[in-house]
Amino acid sequence: MTQTIRELQVSPLADAVDLPIEGPLLPAPVARLARHIAQRLLPWAVPVGLIVLWQIASSQGWLSTRVLPAPLEVVKAAWALTASGELWTHVRVSAGRALTGLAIGGGLGLLLGLLTGSIKLFETLLDSTIQMVRNIPALALIPLVILWFGIDEWAKLFLISVSVFFPIYLNTFHGIRNVDPGLIEMGRTYGLSRWQLYREVILPGALSSILVGLRFSLGLMWVILIVAETISAQAGIGYLTMNAREFLQTDVVLVGILLYALLGKLADVFAKGLERYWLRWHPGYQQH
Amino acid sequence: MTNETSNPGVRLEIHGLSKQYGERKVLRQADLVIEPGEFVAIVGRSGCGKSTLLRLVAGLEAASEGELRLDGQAVTGLSDDTRIMFQDARLLPWRRVRDNVALGLPKEQRARADEVLAQVGLGERLGDWPAKLSGGQRQRVSLARALVHQPRLLLLDEPLGALDALTRIEMHQLIEGLWRKNGFTALLVTHDVQEAVALADRVILIEDGRIALDERIKLARPRERGDAAFAAIENRILHRVLQQPERDTETSADARWPGIPAAGLRWAI
Repeated sequence: MTQTIRELQVSPLADAVDLPIEGPLLPAPVARLARHIAQRLLPWAVPVGLIVLWQIASSQGWLSTRVLPAPLEVVKAAWALTASGELWTHVRVSAGRALTGLAIGGGLGLLLGLLTGSIKLFETLLDSTIQMVRNIPALALIPLVILWFGIDEWAKLFLISVSVFFPIYLNTFHGIRNVDPGLIEMGRTYGLSRWQLYREVILPGALSSILVGLRFSLGLMWVILIVAETISAQAGIGYLTMNAREFLQTDVVLVGILLYALLGKLADVFAKGLERYWLRWHPGYQQH
Repeated sequence: MTNETSNPGVRLEIHGLSKQYGERKVLRQADLVIEPGEFVAIVGRSGCGKSTLLRLVAGLEAASEGELRLDGQAVTGLSDDTRIMFQDARLLPWRRVRDNVALGLPKEQRARADEVLAQVGLGERLGDWPAKLSGGQRQRVSLARALVHQPRLLLLDEPLGALDALTRIEMHQLIEGLWRKNGFTALLVTHDVQEAVALADRVILIEDGRIALDERIKLARPRERGDAAFAAIENRILHRVLQQPERDTETSADARWPGIPAAGLRWAI
């Protein structure tokens, strides 16, 4: 026994000495690539397995289509909606609402955050008011919003704007307040004008914080959009799913849910991309 | 770069300069004249007022009393002739090395940044982010950023305090070389007596807000640290610095309480 083990241990070395070109079974780069691919694929094993199970359960009739349609049915429904162009119309309406709300609420948040962060007078004047209003959950406003705007587009835009405003406002304000005072002093002694100081030192210094606010806002934006569209809409993903619910089309409902997830993911990827680009100087955001 | 004749150093005059924050007097009636092109080092224990003096000269803070003149002109605020090298390099992390050096330069002069970076030995690192540099390299960028403005007065606020001993000696040689080449007046604040003796024409000791010693260093340049004369001067100044016990600002604040000597206080917990 010991004899064989020793032989086994010795033999590769002996081979290597005798036949240096042959080497091990797989060349090192191929082995590394294989390991790399396995590392990439392994996280997908559980989700893919679950979907396969789900498909089997549905096709065997263990799972009623009233509860969950088969994954293939969902894919077919998505394909049919895409082919008819209906899907695109609804996605465009929903994304348009979300982005318009973000532009209005986020833009205001950024503007007011910059003002209160940079100018003492505006902080004294506005900050405590904004902090008070911040405690009202946007969704609590729904009854009032319906009274004000009815159930048309403005109600949805208002809700989205209100909810994305606060994360961006707060993070912009704190970002500006947390810019290293040493850097500002340096900028002043090196003869930067007020505007240059703002552009070269204060804004870039606050940017990482502003982007954190943007990511928070993007997350909230979709949640509020879903709620707003579910309450009432004549178009959009929410309309699509609520309509499908009436006709028990669970496959279309699932397509809608997945669309929301996909859009949320897209927004997050976009925000991460912005961070990668704008904060590429930051060791924490550098690609390895 | 310009030489001594076209860009001479500034003459700095300080008369009866005092600074106090509330009740606390940081600088008391300081008098000092620094000739154009002179290299003066200010030493002292932490909290003695040496950094405050530098900030007053830079125009970052206003004096409580007394006057401060650059070439006869009273200092009222930041001056274009003055540049500071800070203890922490204070590079903008979001600007590449070249853009950090060119900060505040008019567009047509930005090319000079490359030139000065080459002089401090960082010609290869123009496109790097500051986060990629070592502490010594960051201070060299910060030196380049100061020199690109061709200052007539360079203020150095313990710029080498955080560096290791070898890097520090390298930086001494670099700073001394560029000072001799450019001819600016230099005012260095440091707590390292050896650094002061290695670089300065005059070493000034500040104690308790007052100028306690003003010694001319007559050693030839470049100075050898191992040299007996060097060591003797360094020792003498170091002993002089150590004569005064470290001043505890908290105790002196307590001592102001009427009728209760600080030593007589006892806590009853």
